[in-house]
Amino acid sequence: MTKPSFVYVTYIATTPEKVWQAFVDTDVMRQYWIGPGAECARVNVSDWKPGSRWEHQRADGTKIVDIVGKVVECILLRRLVYTWSRPQDAEDESKHSRVSIDIDAHGDGLVRLTVTHEDLERDPQMLSGISGGWPKVLSNLKTLLETGRPLPQVSPAT
Amino acid sequence: MSKPEKVRLIRMTSGSAIGIDVERTKETSKPGRVHPGAAIENVDKVFKALADPTRRRLLDLLHDDNGQTLTALCEGMAMTRQAVTQHLQLLEEANLVAIVWRGREKLHYLNPVPLYEIYKRWIEKFERSRLGALRNLKTRLEGIEDDKT
Repeated sequence: MTKPSFVYVTYIATTPEKVWQAFVDTDVMRQYWIGPGAECARVNVSDWKPGSRWEHQRADGTKIVDIVGKVVECILLRRLVYTWSRPQDAEDESKHSRVSIDIDAHGDGLVRLTVTHEDLERDPQMLSGISGGWPKVLSNLKTLLETGRPLPQVSPAT
Repeated sequence: MSKPEKVRLIRMTSGSAIGIDVERTKETSKPGRVHPGAAIENVDKVFKALADPTRRRLLDLLHDDNGQTLTALCEGMAMTRQAVTQHLQLLEEANLVAIVWRGREKLHYLNPVPLYEIYKRWIEKFERSRLGALRNLKTRLEGIEDDKT
């Protein structure tokens, strides 16, 4: 394996099933996947079969696609790996990075969630955006799963 | 839980301070007690880990170059390897440093998620209205919403 660019770890008081669902079910995603400065939530749309395409879509009805990729690995309740690129770079593998999501039951009713982002060095602009994005998304997810409350939707300034 | 004999003896000699300790011991070890603060967030551990210049320096080194080995980190520190190991251990326990094994190499990564939790709890919450006002001011002065994100 290559050396990861970023590793994010958070402990969530929930079950592996719920964490898994949060990464494959758009109804859960739209409640927490809001990055810094984003006006609306994002959802990741795919059938999550290895080799399938996935799309990072805006959940505001426009369905604008910001990120695309391919599912690399999908082990139910344990591990999800996909590639990550801008739509215009979808055919250029040299610009793809790779995200791994690992879910481990930690005991004491805790789940250890690890998100690893590899090969981001190829794209410095993406790297700076990503490094601010994951902590917020993971923190939002933790809040949702532990309190059951989705985040208040940020209304765009008019 | 039965009280440890030792505490009882000390209590006889030194009054109320120990009394508080005993009370606390009872509280945290009640069977079946859900203790969300302990394992889930460990905010105390995060603040304690940050309350040391050496550990903050280690985080800075990882911020500059993420995923370093112990050997590489020691190069930037004027102290023994053992001391650096201990500091890293505390950072790891606070979940501020995450470990990735690559073969036999142990790589240390800065994990910013607990820092974001602190930001959310102690900065964003108190600053939100002022940040909102600044944003409105910017919008008014610039005439249009900045959409170059």
